[in-house]
Amino acid sequence: MKILVCISHVPDTTSKINFVEGDTQFDTQGVQYIINPNDEFGLTRAMWFKEKNGASVDVINVGGPETEATLRKALAIGADNAIRVNTPAKEAIQVAKEIVSVIQQNQYDLIIAGRESIDYNGGMVPGMIAALTGMNYLNNCIGLEIDANLATAIREMDGGKETVTAPLPLVIGAQKGLVEESDLRIPNMRGIMMARKKPLTVMEPQEMSEQVTSVSFEKPAPKGDVKLIDPENIDELIALLHNEAKVI
Amino acid sequence: MSVVIYAESEKGQLKKIALELASYGKAIAAELQTELVAVTINCENNESLGEYGVDKVLTVEHQGAFNAQQYATIIAEAARSQSVAVAVVSSSADSRFLAPLLAIQLEAGYVSNVVATPISTSPFQVKRSVFTNKAFNISEINTEVKLIGLSKNAFGLHPHPTTATVSSFEASSNTSTMEVQSVDQASDSVTIADAEIVVSGGRGLKGPENWHLIENLASTLGAATACSKPVSDMGWRPHSEHVGQTGKPVASNLYIAIGVSGAIQHLAGINASKVKVVINSDPEAPFFKAADYGIVGDAFEVVPKMIEKFKAFQAENA
Ligand SMILES: Cc1cc2nc3c(=O)[nH]c(=O)nc-3n(C[C@H](O)[C@H](O)[C@H](O)COP(=O)(O)OP(=O)(O)OC[C@H]3O[C@@H](n4cnc5c(N)ncnc54)[C@H](O)[C@@H]3O)c2cc1C
Repeated sequence: MKILVCISHVPDTTSKINFVEGDTQFDTQGVQYIINPNDEFGLTRAMWFKEKNGASVDVINVGGPETEATLRKALAIGADNAIRVNTPAKEAIQVAKEIVSVIQQNQYDLIIAGRESIDYNGGMVPGMIAALTGMNYLNNCIGLEIDANLATAIREMDGGKETVTAPLPLVIGAQKGLVEESDLRIPNMRGIMMARKKPLTVMEPQEMSEQVTSVSFEKPAPKGDVKLIDPENIDELIALLHNEAKVI
Repeated sequence: MSVVIYAESEKGQLKKIALELASYGKAIAAELQTELVAVTINCENNESLGEYGVDKVLTVEHQGAFNAQQYATIIAEAARSQSVAVAVVSSSADSRFLAPLLAIQLEAGYVSNVVATPISTSPFQVKRSVFTNKAFNISEINTEVKLIGLSKNAFGLHPHPTTATVSSFEASSNTSTMEVQSVDQASDSVTIADAEIVVSGGRGLKGPENWHLIENLASTLGAATACSKPVSDMGWRPHSEHVGQTGKPVASNLYIAIGVSGAIQHLAGINASKVKVVINSDPEAPFFKAADYGIVGDAFEVVPKMIEKFKAFQAENA
């Protein structure tokens, strides 16, 4: 079985969000980058298939040279090969098309992407890959087993979950719950040493797309101060929620 | 030309977000001076869409369970039959699942998490939330057909009575090799996605045995229950209740956080909620900086009083 895990290189969750160049670019100053958490759940599940079923696991990122440290981390966690498509990731459709052109050269059985990246939160790449390749697709995936050519996957829905079977090839949108938090792996020294020798192939981009372009960024308006209410005076809270906030 | 919304229903009845979508679609249709068309699948009360400005409803009968690929194909066909200019879907799990498929079928530039009506329609610019509600981005859609994913609770309900004509739409058959084997859906409790009020508990509640406090307050208010990440990591509560940057987003009218410190990753996920109340014994807890109303106090004393007082308030206002 061949698995491709899409890795988004995103700012650490504690990063300060600021913009530069007239609020048109994200300010990367002092920002630490990590593997997108949803992708990390997917990568961890891929490692399980590697260890149990001998699957081979490739990781891919569409981005500039600065994302290679994040791909190396995925290799240190245990992926076999990394691919970087050498172009800044500008929009979901562009990223999806670049990944699809790699898929078409490599015949993967399973494509894992995160449900969404925590920077732009689009939630589009896995679905677009599926639509462009005609593969089956399951989003919000919180369980995945594969037996021969048939996947059994669990999708989290609003207020519940469903179990779905789908023949491979399959694309999933991974998220928390696909593996336990305690199963996530921190690369050890041996993994980091081995990762240095693993192949990281740089490919040139195939696609040009400008379906959606970014104009500028804005920060939310600063919030007013909290109104503190005496714990002995819950009636005041209720009155405020009823008369002022009008939410009850 | 038309504006087309996918109006979701559940067990044959329109969901509230379908009416919010209609309100929003109407605002765009008015701006573009065009018709507002709704596509519904297995829905029975289609006429209600007219109350929110829908001119035409195309109803589709679909055999079998929800299937994103089949639904996307149906919506794309129906939308194309109406020479769609702008298509709008909600931010429900199902709609977010099918929207990228729909975008490819319509060759539409797709922007999700949109928080307001377009800033301009020529060029077509919309505002969306990014960095999990820590910022906004103005995006321009350059394709002929545009697809918008509307953030929950971003626009609200705006009645606009019209008489909607309802007709059935025959979608061409499309088969799928995916099969739903079982569905496990809580039938009675309110979901985080649909809830107007969410009551959330953090590590400050000390253990799962104390969750009756959260549950009782939630049921008093008709609210959904939620929790912080460590609470679900420790197995006190199911993963599906974990809210925040790596969990579910919450865009309710009222979010009540009890014993939650207010870490940046938690706040990111709940920022889109309109009004935030925090109950925490530590006056230095970061949540107080993000909240509208706060009580510095022990949850074990405050929450039972809140339940009692809310019940009294409801009895008075019933
Ligand atoms: C990559 C990453 C992603 C993350 N994503 C998320 C996410 O999506 N969602 C999320 O929630 N967290 C997330 N976190 C974790 C986050 O950083 C915090 O650790 C977490 O939110 C803290 O949870 P808590 O508030 O329940 O617990 P704590 O931080 O332990 O806070 C408990 C609070 O309860 C109060 N308290 C104690 N006793 C009482 C009492 N009797 N009455 C009232 N108050 C009391 C305390 O004063 C304290 O403020 C993430 C972390 C990382 C590194």
